[in-house]
Formats: sequence, structure tokens, C-alpha cells
Amino acid sequence: MNHLPQAWGRPRDDVYGAYDASHLQTSGPQQHTQSPIVTGTSVVAVKFKDGVVIAADNLASYGSLARFTDVKRLRKFNSQVVVGFGGDVSDMQYLDRLLSSLDIRENYSTTETPLNAKNLHTYLSKVMYKRRSDFNPLWNHILVAGLEHENKPFLASVDLLGTTFSSPTLATGFGAHLAQPILRRVVPDEATVESVSREQAVALVKECMKVLFYRDARSLDKYSIAVVTKDGIDLKEDEKLESQSWAFAEGIRGYGTQVN
Amino acid sequence: MFRNNYDNDSVTFSPQGRIFQVEYASEAVKQGSVVVGIVSKTHAVLAAIKRNAEELSSYQKKIIPIDSHYGIALAGLASDARVLSNFMKQQSLASRLTYDRAIPLSEITSRIADRAQTNTQQYGKRPYGVGLLIAGVDAKGPHLFEFQPSGVTQEMVACGIGARSQMARTYLERNLDEFEGASREELVKHALRALKESLSQDKELTIDNTSVGVAGVGENFKLYEGSDIQNWLETTFENREGDAAAEGEGMEVDDS
Repeated sequence: MNHLPQAWGRPRDDVYGAYDASHLQTSGPQQHTQSPIVTGTSVVAVKFKDGVVIAADNLASYGSLARFTDVKRLRKFNSQVVVGFGGDVSDMQYLDRLLSSLDIRENYSTTETPLNAKNLHTYLSKVMYKRRSDFNPLWNHILVAGLEHENKPFLASVDLLGTTFSSPTLATGFGAHLAQPILRRVVPDEATVESVSREQAVALVKECMKVLFYRDARSLDKYSIAVVTKDGIDLKEDEKLESQSWAFAEGIRGYGTQVN
Repeated sequence: MFRNNYDNDSVTFSPQGRIFQVEYASEAVKQGSVVVGIVSKTHAVLAAIKRNAEELSSYQKKIIPIDSHYGIALAGLASDARVLSNFMKQQSLASRLTYDRAIPLSEITSRIADRAQTNTQQYGKRPYGVGLLIAGVDAKGPHLFEFQPSGVTQEMVACGIGARSQMARTYLERNLDEFEGASREELVKHALRALKESLSQDKELTIDNTSVGVAGVGENFKLYEGSDIQNWLETTFENREGDAAAEGEGMEVDDS
């Protein structure tokens, strides 16, 4: 058996025949990711008077295959911010490591003012825009939930192009079409945020997760939900959808095998 | 003739455990004209005496605004202060750009401290010949930091560095208790009085040779020079004589 380093991790020539080295060519144009592989679907979030509620299901799909059912797509940052990732899971893991190193760097520095949600969102938007400018985008749509100065609730998004957006309710992926209208029915504008309680916001987000499970074929009934307030983060990573009712399915007409 | 063999570079200890180049750099700070800084609960103030090389020339800048929330006052080699202030401006801008955050004063102070310390431990380099007072307001309120060429930094309530600054520090120590609760105006007046203390008999504070920098909670760092400080100079030293008289009367009343 060939023990030389260039053979490490490769199929054995004596078993599989000579390896087609054309796959390993180092010349030619540099290529970057042009599509996501393993993906997470929607992230939904809504501001309320004391903070922000954010949720995402625990599924990582490989195309239409529900490949991993225990992937945590909400990430805490320094006990004041929660970041939710939609899109490519490996890019999410890269960003996770990036944020961990940022957190460590911040903890080693002398300053006692931790990065707040707004600071982190600005940082992530620069990272995302830098990568898209290199024609090597991180294939994610990210929500940043937390508090900015004077404990004001903060919620904003950044996508794979580095585009930023802020709103009292936000949803990525399929949720942008299915959950956002439901969220806006309760919280239409910034002024309404003041009158929304924590319980209302949690119930609203749970309702959205349910609707998404009903209608988004890349979603799961297991999800993570986090509530960020000035008292800290309450993150639950193993929630199950409750009180589902598929009765509405009977009435659906117009697609699938049956036509009318 | 006596010759010191241990002061040729900043990487060699003397047998007594001293690094002469660093000590000489501290002497350069004492050659510079005096600068004073004070903080209250709400404000941070810098005040400085400017020197002109000759009657016909302009005055050397002593207070440099770095970012909208803070500035520095320098004593020592102005050219070294320029290098440091440019670095501080870059770092402050980078913080605003990448994090949308005004850089914390403790952070920027420790960054220049690291730079300065490196210069005392690498062959072929020399320490900065300048001391700085860094004053302003960040998320944690008003701050004043002192920076020395050795790379030592300290947070201060009040501080004076430069030529004859001992007199200013004595004034500051005597009035220490009043600073915390002082108003913006009172703080500026204290700084100007401290400055006056360290002045030699034949010199005076004028609108030409005095600089004042103020930052406050909800108030950007601003540099005041020339006619902008006329009022402060007049009221401070007018009141001082008035105060002395008033104090004398007050004490008599108390005693009786």
C-alpha cells in the first residue's frame, strides 16, 4: 500500500484503479461557491416592548432531503445578542467560528463595553459585503436580534450581498413570504412595538413557525426560540410545535396530483 | 571623562536595573509646556499652555481632537504626538466603520500603550518622546487617561504633565473633592487655575497661548482657542480675586 503523503485520504490505486488526477488540477481560474449545498430555511423575529423574539427550526436540508434534524441555527453572542442563520449551513459554521474568535478577542481587550446587537450587525454586514465583493459570498441570510444603546430593542438583517435591512418584524427565506404578513398584522410599524408584550410576541412567532411547517416543505416541527431582553437571553433549542391542525389540508385545491 | 555605557539603546538594562533611554524619554515630556486634564461625573476637560518658538511665529498645537468623542493633549515632542495621533485617528475611524461604535477610551489608550511599549523592547527603536492626556466620553461616561513614553497608562481623575506641572498637580490635589460634582464651567475654571499655578511669575494666560478642550455626556469633544476662551479667562481670574475676598469674609462669618 502506498504510504506517501500524496496518497493520504485518497482511494487506494490497487483497489479502485489509478486516481483521476484531473480533479486535482491547481491551475485554471479560481472557483467559488455558486450555490448553497446544505441549507437551513426561514428565520423569523419580532420586536416587542422589552426586547426581541427570534426563532428558527432545527433542520438542515440537503436539497429536498431532510438531512440533519438537530442543527441549531440560532447562536448566542456574548449573552446580549442572538444571531439567526438562514441559507448554507457550512457558511453558517464558518461565521460561527468567526464570531467565536471575535468574542474571544473582545474578552481579552481591556474594554468593559461589550459589542451590542447593532455593533455586531454592522460587523457582519461588512464581512458579508467583503465576501460578495470577492465574488465569494457567504450564502446566508442573517438576522441579528438584541438590544442597542439604552436597551432599545434592535432587529436587523444582512444577506449574502451585504444588503442590510431593519424592521420591527423580519423573516428570511420562505418566511419572508409566509411569516412576514402574519407578523405585520400584529406589528405593522415601529410605533406598535411599544404595545406588544413578551407573551404576545412569543405566541406570534410560534404561530409563524407552525404556518411555516404547514406550508414550507423544507421545514421541521422542531425548532429553537430565543427571547432577548435586558435581563439576558432565554434560548430554548429543543422546542416542538404544539396544537397542529391539518384540517385545512382537506380544503386545499389546485395543485398536486388532484387537480380540482 | 565619565560616560554612561548603558544608555545607547533601549534594550539594555543598566546594572542597577534601569533603562536609560526610557528615562530620557520621560525627561522629554518634562521639557514640553504644561497640559492639564480633569474629569467630573459629566465632563472631561483638557487645558494647555501653547509655546511659540519666536515672537514672529505661530503657537505650537497642544490639543488635538481625534474623534468626535475625544481628544488628546500633548507634552513633549510634537512630531511624535503626530505619529500617535494619526494612529489613534485611524483606529477610531476603523472602530466606527466596522462596528458602528465610538472606540472606548480604555481601548484606544491600551493600543497606543502597546505600541509605545514595543518601542522600548526592540533594538534599533527609540521610545516616543511625548506624554499624552487622553480625555473624552464613551459608553461608560467621561474618562481621562495619562500616557507615558514607557507605555505606562493610568486612568486619572485629574492630571498634569509637562514643565513645572508639579505646581498644577498640587492645585489639583488640593481641589480633588470638588471635581466629581463640578459643572462644565467649574471644571474648565479649575483646569485654567491649575494651568496658571504652574506658570512662571512673568507669564500669563492669554487667548493666544491657551487651549481648552471639552467633552461631555451627550456633547462632542470641542477645541476652544483664541477669542472663544476670552470669557473663561476673564471670569476665572476675576472671580479668583473675588473668591479670595469672599472666602475671607465667609471664614470670618463661620468662625464667629
